[in-house]
Amino acid sequence: MRAATEDVFQTMLMVPIEREPSFQEQAASQSFDGVIAFVGLAGPWAGSGRIACSPALACRISGSLLSCEFAAVTEEVLDAIGEITNMIVGGIKTALEDELGPMGLSIPTVIFGRNYQTRASGATNWIVAPYRCESESFDVRLCLVPHLQVAAHRLETAGSSV
Amino acid sequence: MALDVLIVDDSAAIRKILQRVLVQADVTLGSVYEASDGQEALDRLKQARVGLILSDINMPNMDGLEFLGRIRADAAWKDVPVLMITTEGSQNKVMQALQLGANGYVKKPFTADQIKEKLAGIL
Repeated sequence: MRAATEDVFQTMLMVPIEREPSFQEQAASQSFDGVIAFVGLAGPWAGSGRIACSPALACRISGSLLSCEFAAVTEEVLDAIGEITNMIVGGIKTALEDELGPMGLSIPTVIFGRNYQTRASGATNWIVAPYRCESESFDVRLCLVPHLQVAAHRLETAGSSV
Repeated sequence: MALDVLIVDDSAAIRKILQRVLVQADVTLGSVYEASDGQEALDRLKQARVGLILSDINMPNMDGLEFLGRIRADAAWKDVPVLMITTEGSQNKVMQALQLGANGYVKKPFTADQIKEKLAGIL
């Protein structure tokens, strides 16, 4: 996760970032303000990768990617954040495939708003890699479980609603 | 001589960056056409002749590998240089693209120098 994130920031963004200590988090629901971008992963292992940051930081790093300035979050900023997430999670996927088998990547989904909640299905453990970028924080998160575990949870959930 | 280029990627940001990178790579650009998926790219090619195609792989509607297979099966497009620019870095995907007829492959994230080096080998 660290290598993939830092590769994108060093290669295409040229924005310095500093690592903060990683941790694991089991979170069914989170409240959030700002920009979140998800990319799904599917294969023998399934899950998703996610980047979360403030609107100001989204504008900063999008501006760096596109060599322009953004005063506010626009469609262009959301697209840029989606692509940055795509590149980071794509890098993570490539690094993991030797061990976990081939995986497919979804198209990025980007959400921007205030005081909204996100929820991941099942009891999911997220690996969290936080960073500082200038005066702001952002984090890269990854959740991956064996595909059979995902299928079993879905059967359990479907069965309980019938 | 100015080169007409088709850039195929579902990210508008990447399409914009690639135009900038082509200029940094000393490519004299003529007309630049854009498409956000393989089907849109095929539609663009019905209306324009291009000398270079840059294409992503993971796109909705029609992905880059299907798009590549379609143009290589068409006599009008079988020889146009195609550079795949994508997050897909597995050896399997690289081989698949090259077997389908891609002239080169660059993994995202990329630098202008990487694009320049690849273009020098295929143009």
